[in-house]
Amino acid sequence: MGRLWQGGRAPAGDQGMHMITFDDVSKRYPDGTVAVDGLTLHAPTGEITVLVGPSGCGKTTSLRMVNRMVDATGGRILLDGVDVRTVDPPTLRRGIGYVIQQAGLFPHRKIVDNVATVPYLLGWDRKRARARAMELLERVGLDAGLAGRYPFQLSGGQQQRVGVARALAADPPVLLMDEPFSAVDPIVRASLQDELLRLQSELNKTIVFVTHDIDEAIKLGDRVAVLRVGGRLAQLASPAELLAEPADDFVREFLGRDRGIRRLSFVPGDGLRLRTDLTVPVSAEAASVRGTAEPWLAVVDGEGRPLGWVAREDLPDSGTLAGVPAAPYGAFVRERDSLRSALDAALLSPSGNALAVDGAGRVEGVVTRDELDAALARAAGGARG
Amino acid sequence: MNWLADFFGDPANWSGPDGIPLRLAEHLEFAGLSLLLAMLVALPLGLWIGHTGRGALLVVLSANAARALPTLGLLVLVVLLMGVGTIAPVLIPLVALAVPPILVNTYEGIRGVDADLRDAAYGMGLRGGQVLGRVLVPVALPLILLGLRTAAIQVVATATVAAYVGLGGLGRYIIDGLATKRYPLAVGGAVLVALLALAVQGLFGVLQRFLVSPGVSGRQKIR
Repeated sequence: MGRLWQGGRAPAGDQGMHMITFDDVSKRYPDGTVAVDGLTLHAPTGEITVLVGPSGCGKTTSLRMVNRMVDATGGRILLDGVDVRTVDPPTLRRGIGYVIQQAGLFPHRKIVDNVATVPYLLGWDRKRARARAMELLERVGLDAGLAGRYPFQLSGGQQQRVGVARALAADPPVLLMDEPFSAVDPIVRASLQDELLRLQSELNKTIVFVTHDIDEAIKLGDRVAVLRVGGRLAQLASPAELLAEPADDFVREFLGRDRGIRRLSFVPGDGLRLRTDLTVPVSAEAASVRGTAEPWLAVVDGEGRPLGWVAREDLPDSGTLAGVPAAPYGAFVRERDSLRSALDAALLSPSGNALAVDGAGRVEGVVTRDELDAALARAAGGARG
Repeated sequence: MNWLADFFGDPANWSGPDGIPLRLAEHLEFAGLSLLLAMLVALPLGLWIGHTGRGALLVVLSANAARALPTLGLLVLVVLLMGVGTIAPVLIPLVALAVPPILVNTYEGIRGVDADLRDAAYGMGLRGGQVLGRVLVPVALPLILLGLRTAAIQVVATATVAAYVGLGGLGRYIIDGLATKRYPLAVGGAVLVALLALAVQGLFGVLQRFLVSPGVSGRQKIR
């Protein structure tokens, strides 16, 4: 598919870096209200840039200026090097995916036709547009059986998935998402967020995502722009940087509590040193391990999967470990999870140690409290420097 | 009941210039033409005002005027001004009667469409006319049809006044019957008008079923 907007192009070297550039953009309404004030910001290609801030900070206005649902009164917005003001709005919008809070599905059209809205507008024939729509429904995790239904027959979470599928239908390079998950309950929201991250890992769209929820921003954003009331940029940083070094009191307050703990989510857990001598198979004779100096031992089954912790003092004189009641355990996937997950796993075990497992759930070793202490100290040192 | 049997049983009432088929055709002509003219005025106006938000005051004024306007008074006035002889004098008050419900319901239907939906439609890249035609009208259709139905029933019922100024239609039976104390004629005419109104109601029920998307009416059951 060819490009939809054909305006003056930026120098070739500039392309492919920042799909969207806000260049000193302002929005001032006739009554004098300033919604956005001198916003300069790049949304790098293939990344999720989150605009976050309290209500009245101009985040939604900023987003809507990209597809000209609102026109800026100062500065300019470049989309792939082209000033959006030079493009006819409907043409511009057909090349940009747009997802809004209430999904905004057309109630009189079946789900499949809702998803095919933009392909129809672009003149695709019906068959091809519908085939594409079916492919996208599957892609966003919806059953093909829903295609023939009407929006009112779907749950809020399903409708929002359809909204995402519709935005992706014509395969636009850019997605604008305006608080898309705010209207659904927390459990559905979390699954939609995970789904978006999974999709993004496959599609690599340039996404601008607006939310008022800082946790959502930190979870989804490659980069997070915190805006303050009056439409000024307070800080633009990666989530980890934001948590480690808030630019000022406003950002610090907006980030809220547990900033230190939350920051651990961005410290990888694969650097933790493992002890492999604290693991015993369940088939082992109790007597053979009674002599250990360790107060707790991790018991694993025949395939190396964790069963729980046993205390040295509970070990019987004879028989295998199978007869010993195992205390609960916490585990984290070492190659994937963060230091926060490791700490969490440790806090779930009476031993205070965390079990490190591989992708298949087999125990790789034990991270002791001492090792966690050291890792936390390193992370805290990183925050200072 | 005997009066009805007298009226509908009399073969003389089924043919000739005073027969039921011709009177019904006349009645439908007045009512149909009036409704058509009212639609031509009120539908585009209602769509335009609802879509652009401009001229909403006109809708309010029209709705209020409709309640205040005496159809019979207007008819007499028009006849006095234009004279008799054509059917135009009877069309004017009937159109005046039919325009407000069509205009108000069309306007309210379009304006009442969820702002998010409108936003999404523009955001997808639909142009103004496409937003109106492909999204707003289908979603507002139940209300638009309600306006048309209200107008049609009122016009069918009120077209009886044509007989006051010497024109035909089913009103002929009622007025002549009352004037000459032939009550079977008057009651028979009144029953025909009532039946016609019910038929119009039924017709719009069918239209609603065929024209309104199940997604809007919520008719389709979850399989």
